[in-house]
Amino acid sequence: MSSIEERVKKIVVEQLGVKEDEVTSEASFVDDLGADSLDTVELVMALEEEFECEIPDEEAEKITTVQQAIDYVNRHLDQ
Amino acid sequence: MRLQLDNQVALVTGATRGIGAAIATVLAEAGATVVGTATSESGAQRISDALSSTTGGGRGAVLDVRDAEQIKQLIDNIRDNEGAPSILVNNAGITRDGLAMRMSDEDWDAVIDTNLNAVFRVTRAVLRGMIKARHGRIINIGSVVGLMGNAGQINYSTAKAGLLGMTRSLAREVAPRGITVNAIAPGFIETDMTGELDDQQREALLEQTPMQRLGQPGDIAAAVCFLASPAAGYITGETLNVNGGLLMS
Repeated sequence: MSSIEERVKKIVVEQLGVKEDEVTSEASFVDDLGADSLDTVELVMALEEEFECEIPDEEAEKITTVQQAIDYVNRHLDQ
Repeated sequence: MRLQLDNQVALVTGATRGIGAAIATVLAEAGATVVGTATSESGAQRISDALSSTTGGGRGAVLDVRDAEQIKQLIDNIRDNEGAPSILVNNAGITRDGLAMRMSDEDWDAVIDTNLNAVFRVTRAVLRGMIKARHGRIINIGSVVGLMGNAGQINYSTAKAGLLGMTRSLAREVAPRGITVNAIAPGFIETDMTGELDDQQREALLEQTPMQRLGQPGDIAAAVCFLASPAAGYITGETLNVNGGLLMS
């Protein structure tokens, strides 16, 4: 079973079509990984599916970096 | 050029009669597996019967397009059975005609709900699958009255005009994902809906129509089939007039 961090990074690689070594924790989806607004929506949808949760819009807006995605999932799965 | 829709799954709303029934049959003959929606069990059965002898086959399904929960259930059901729809034809529509001064809130709301709000909800529900697949065809059935207006149809023409704006905005949003979004604006087509016209109205219409006849449901279905096909892959955000020349823009 891979860690949440690995699973999140794998989704980012798949969704944005970027290389694994580009997906650092601090990487911003838009500024560093070249995502457009539709990409970020798709990314959130993919996270929702992977972790079987629903991410409300106001939370989704705050997820702009890889680390923020990992943190969100960690927080959510704790509950 | 043959319009092939093999391996495509099409969802056609309001497919029991008229234009929707013709669209469902033509898409299925082109090879798509078609799910057509009806508001009643008997309507759904009629669609299943009509599709049973076609190339691509398909079935009827009961759906009240105004009910978000039913939409979700049907899309999930199609995904599990036929596969996620790659073609969506938003065809279901109603009329509640009346002059603006005398139109009730109920008649206004009913038409906006079914002909505009429901189109957005059904579309939103199928988008996820299309975006994942990096392919999709969304075809909204508008109306010539959405462009030229029509006395007695303020609700219907408003909804149909709104549909054209929706078509263009969505086309811009999802074009990078290989999804095209277009509208067809039928003129007056021989269906139950236009059967309500009296002889005088019919005469007046024919006078304004260079082709001097009402359209047939098959005229619209052929245009839908084209827009759904690979041949139309570079057309998006467009409104195709199919009206015998009644309005040219």
